[in-house]
Amino acid sequence: MNGARTGTLASLRGSIARIEAPSDAAMPNRIALGHAGADAMLRGGLAPAVLHEVFAASHQGGAATGFIAGLAGRISARKPLVWVRQDFSDRENGALSMRGLAELGLDPRLLVTVRAADVDSGLRTAADALACDALGAVVLEIWGQARQLDLVASRKLTLAAQASGVTALVLRIAATPIPSTAETRWIVRAAHSPPGNAASPWGAPRVEAELVRNRHGPVGRWIMEWKCDECQFSEPSAYPQPVAATPAHRPHQAQARAGHRLAS
Amino acid sequence: MVAKDHNAILLHAVDEAAVRAGLSIGLPLANARAICPELTVYDADPAADLKTLNDIADWCDRFTPLVALDAPYGLFLDITGCAHLFGGERALLQIVTNALSRRGFAVSAAIAGTSIAARTLTRHVSGKIVVDGTEAQAVGPLPVSALGADSAVTTGLRRAGLKTIGDVAARAPHEISARFGAAFTALLSHALGQGDAPISPRKPLPDYIVEKRFPEPIATDTVIALTLSSLAKMLVAAMDKQGKGARQLEASFFRTDGAVRAIMVETGRPVTRPEMIDRLFRERLDALNDPLDPGFGFDLIRLAAGRTEIVVQQQRDLDTTVHDNDEISALIDRIAARIGGKRVVVHLPLESHIPERAALALPAQHHLAAASAAAWPERVTGEPPLRPLRLFERPEPIKVPFASVPDGPPHQFTWRRALHAVVRVEGPERIAMEWWKQDGAALTRDYFRVEDAEGQRFWIFRDGLYENELRDEEGKSVPANWYVHGLFA
Repeated sequence: MNGARTGTLASLRGSIARIEAPSDAAMPNRIALGHAGADAMLRGGLAPAVLHEVFAASHQGGAATGFIAGLAGRISARKPLVWVRQDFSDRENGALSMRGLAELGLDPRLLVTVRAADVDSGLRTAADALACDALGAVVLEIWGQARQLDLVASRKLTLAAQASGVTALVLRIAATPIPSTAETRWIVRAAHSPPGNAASPWGAPRVEAELVRNRHGPVGRWIMEWKCDECQFSEPSAYPQPVAATPAHRPHQAQARAGHRLAS
Repeated sequence: MVAKDHNAILLHAVDEAAVRAGLSIGLPLANARAICPELTVYDADPAADLKTLNDIADWCDRFTPLVALDAPYGLFLDITGCAHLFGGERALLQIVTNALSRRGFAVSAAIAGTSIAARTLTRHVSGKIVVDGTEAQAVGPLPVSALGADSAVTTGLRRAGLKTIGDVAARAPHEISARFGAAFTALLSHALGQGDAPISPRKPLPDYIVEKRFPEPIATDTVIALTLSSLAKMLVAAMDKQGKGARQLEASFFRTDGAVRAIMVETGRPVTRPEMIDRLFRERLDALNDPLDPGFGFDLIRLAAGRTEIVVQQQRDLDTTVHDNDEISALIDRIAARIGGKRVVVHLPLESHIPERAALALPAQHHLAAASAAAWPERVTGEPPLRPLRLFERPEPIKVPFASVPDGPPHQFTWRRALHAVVRVEGPERIAMEWWKQDGAALTRDYFRVEDAEGQRFWIFRDGLYENELRDEEGKSVPANWYVHGLFA
């Protein structure tokens, strides 16, 4: 073996080692949520083409829907989204409002909603939709403890997602987590607006997202805020209303008075 | 068989033995009993008769797609161009008559150039085939009652001494019209083979039909699936010649015992690939509530394209959006074939400021293109969401103990048996109902966006304004009703 080929082999081995090494560096093609802490824990963001689960208590439906809509918005920015839900989920938690979706910065034009009669047909529809590679993501919303959504069912969804590259998001309201093949599992509840009195304005949607399972890393818990205009999550801001950016060359005196003005 | 007509119980149908005993249709039951005391009587059931006639018509679909009902006892089959498939007109007539007699029906059939002529012949004798142009000779000797005109007309003709159709035809048409009306003249000329009344087939004629007959009935799923896919290939080949694609497909399964099952599939855009048709039918057959029952087997399977459209060929390889749109409409078709087209929806904006009427959900198969081009209201940059993400179809009532000021927001409320303390309020946003559409029924709503102690955000409203709407007849104020209408993220 001559020197040049040895050198090539060595460099290739090096790059393979770098790919395989469990490093904290960002993984390729991960989708960043925008929340720095969570992104660091997830090594760059959510993995596409796998299954992610979001759980919430029965009265936290609003916050959980917002969170999963945010995830779907991050994952499939410009591609169609299929949202599979059960018939009675409208009555329990209300129907998905298109105006509300638009207010979150997502595009109602890209949404196809499927109302399934029961869990079985919902699962089958979701698996079908996951096989269609023109979609960005598929959301499956299941209300209550569903016996059918076991390890086998989640394995099927994961395989379908891997084959087509479409991400599966499962929203479980009023359910307790059971073993599954999900890449990540979140428990979501609503979070307070930043402190203030009753009349002070409320800010962007906020959720307390707890990462209870992460196949390839540690878990954590964060308060996340959804930035409707940028269509991404972020750290919670201290002020409910957007604050004018500080000019780069601001006189010292003006900076000292800035906080005073905001509090008034 | 008896039926009640104008408070009298009359004979509705009689069998041969009764005819021999001297009974006839239309005789009162009391008279009939006097003639023949041992008469067995059943109630007539016209609905069941019609259903039986429809079932027979279904069975007749195997001979021609143009089958029309001639209630209460007749069927018209337009066999133009079909007879040679069954070995000629006589053979076809034999097949139909034999098959129906075997099942216990009394059959009288005839073939003629016009439907009325054929019907007139069946009233008199069965199995007659009239060559084109000789209808007048064939129906001439028959009695006028065979025409099937009103009983008043028939009696009138008999009284005038015109006993046979030939007698009536010999008179000048204007004499007959003046006496019995133009409708009867038209009927007469149709019976004589001059001009034809169009029959009204039960089903619209499909654009394309392919079918497969089996000498031995088939019953296994694999053979049925194979047959369907080979029929799909034939159908696509036929449509492809004219550049068409199917929007609506129907597979009919003809069972040996005469039952017919038709299964329909609709698609969002014209289908041009046999494997797609095959897959749609497989989804549909899997999802049937009452599965396809082969019984003793099917002897004919037919695939018809009910509605077709011209396919615009698009450049597929380079334009990825065309490919993606195709994929998505194919997916929607598949899901719709299994769970129903109304369950797969896209959303279109409506011009209404009333929250529950601001969007419309329509079947995705037909409105996908409209939905992807819809113009939704722009959100206000920098504002938190003004509308909830989840909206209840019917606002849910909540209990509000008191409000500090009459028009103000509540301090706490009870929703679904849980007490929520309000810590943050935005509002009110006043939304007046569409008073120009309905008169005074709906009250003006004051909406508040509220956040409770846990951080959950609700969209609640008070139904009615204190100063002028929430008053009873005497002008006293009544307590307002509060509702939660949505949940914010």
